[in-house]
Amino acid sequence: MPEVASALTGLAQQASALPGVVRGGLEGGEVVLHVGRADLLAVLTVLRDDPRFSCEQLMELCGVDWPERPERFDVVYMLLSVSLNHRVRVVVPTTAETPVPSVHRLWPVATWFEREAWDLFGITFADQTDLRRILTDYGFSGHPLRKDFPLTGYVEVRYDEDQKRVVNEPVTLTQDFRNFDFVSPWEGMVTLPGDEKAHTDRQKAAAANTAAMKDSK
Amino acid sequence: MPDDVRTHGFDGTHPTTPGEEKISTTKVVEVDNHTINFGPQHPAAHGVLRLILEMDGEVVERADPHVGLLHRGTEKLIEYKTYLQALPYFDRLDYVSPMCMEHTWVLAQEKLLGITVPERGRWIRTMYAEITRVLNHLLNVTTYALDVGAITPSLWGFEEREKLLHFYEAVSGARYHANYFRVGGVARDLPGDLANEIAAWADTFPKFIDELEQLLTSNRIWKQRTVDIGIMTPEDALAWGFSGPCIRASGVPWDLRKSQPYDMYEHVEFDIPVARNGDCYDRYLVRMAEMRQSVYIIQQCLERMQPGQVKIEDRKFTAPRRKEMKRSMEALIHHFKLYTEGYHIPAGATYTATESPKGEFGVYLVADGSNRPYRCKIRPTGFSHLQAIEHMSKGHMLADAVAIIGSIDVVFGEIDR
Repeated sequence: MPEVASALTGLAQQASALPGVVRGGLEGGEVVLHVGRADLLAVLTVLRDDPRFSCEQLMELCGVDWPERPERFDVVYMLLSVSLNHRVRVVVPTTAETPVPSVHRLWPVATWFEREAWDLFGITFADQTDLRRILTDYGFSGHPLRKDFPLTGYVEVRYDEDQKRVVNEPVTLTQDFRNFDFVSPWEGMVTLPGDEKAHTDRQKAAAANTAAMKDSK
Repeated sequence: MPDDVRTHGFDGTHPTTPGEEKISTTKVVEVDNHTINFGPQHPAAHGVLRLILEMDGEVVERADPHVGLLHRGTEKLIEYKTYLQALPYFDRLDYVSPMCMEHTWVLAQEKLLGITVPERGRWIRTMYAEITRVLNHLLNVTTYALDVGAITPSLWGFEEREKLLHFYEAVSGARYHANYFRVGGVARDLPGDLANEIAAWADTFPKFIDELEQLLTSNRIWKQRTVDIGIMTPEDALAWGFSGPCIRASGVPWDLRKSQPYDMYEHVEFDIPVARNGDCYDRYLVRMAEMRQSVYIIQQCLERMQPGQVKIEDRKFTAPRRKEMKRSMEALIHHFKLYTEGYHIPAGATYTATESPKGEFGVYLVADGSNRPYRCKIRPTGFSHLQAIEHMSKGHMLADAVAIIGSIDVVFGEIDR
């Protein structure tokens, strides 16, 4: 479908040219815009109200955790235009301390999505008055979808027959959590143990080879 | 008197005839706003919904749904599983329409992998997605009627659902948690005479819809309970993230099967039923009309399906046949690697959405090049529908809140994840 592809490219170009967009374009056939926190509301308002984009719906808002980055979280907004039939994805980086402007005044549906991002990642949203936990248990602490939160969690719940109530206890495992590493040694490991010198020699030879090929061209 | 205290009844004065002493025979009744807990074990809560209702007499002032009582941490668990192992978790999201959940998951992976699925595999997936749609709508419409007080539809509907569950069992061995769709196709071909069985069912099913409609569509009690209840205008429906039958009931002609087609939807003919008023009754009507269209799609799938492969013949995604494994070392290694390490998906991200029976069900998949998803965000359909419950039920009676919950078709497997 070439006309669909060209329409998407056009949309990506127009959207990337919006003031406040750090970088944007097509990623795997989807329009993605990277925006700073300060410009988020302005960009989203334009995307919603401008007839070129008219993204009437916010279908999804979610967090992604990248612990090794200085701004460890991404907040991702999935916008949908039902009148023009396209989707735009807006990505905003943030940290655990800096709040992201809330979009619940643009789309009321955002309130629960933002509560969820707060609950699971600890991302805060400025101007969002209802930041209660939503998916985890009453009285839960921690943000379970962060990469540094263990899969097994910290507490387990059981009904205590003596106290006649549900109690939270530190989690006890009869077997340690096993995280299998299935990465093939032939693919994942470039240098075999004890073979480092041969490997670096090969690397040098390969580099010299490619350089020679470039020169001959 | 404080503002939040309403008086019901009289103000205490009594008309007196001249010359008579004023005797107060009526008394002031003060009715405070009270809060009731609806659920989490209420049969009309469709699972484990705890709805805190602030009532003014019998009128709903505020509705605050507490969800998460069925939270199992699916998204976290999936991050620790290979792509293949993550598939059964999707059956357990919306357990009323399992294969449609699987569908989104395999489409998202195929998009990142750039896989083209054999034609027969796509026909089977399309057909089963539609069988699932009927399965879902049958449960929703009939239990919705049950919530509102009609028992017969659910008795009839469950009988019909049993036939569809048989089709599930025939291909996958399981009645509900099918685990049938795969990256690159489906797990196996339709066995034996199943195609004819499905065709025979598709011939008789429209008659069943007629009978069901006779029970409900023009039923006076049913209409009194649903017409003009929980109205969503098109603007509201868009703002509150509605999709699927709920947004079509509000008059927005939007269906991902038509507008962003996947698998074989662009090759089949069907209509999108759209209603106008956006009330509970219209949401019911849209689902009933959709079931007829689904049957039509299923018939087309059966007609146009040709014998052939149901899954790509790529040993990185499809296990070799048992017979082959007895002879070939390479086949044995492939089998072992596929079921331990699985396959790797190149780094990238996609938001892939399908038209599940409830509406837009999406997966935001972030892959980092390894054999496990880096992040898999599941976009549940009912999450945004349920959030709008306060907007829809404000000013309605308590019993209408039940009708509204039934009409938006919530399943907590997917909402709580």
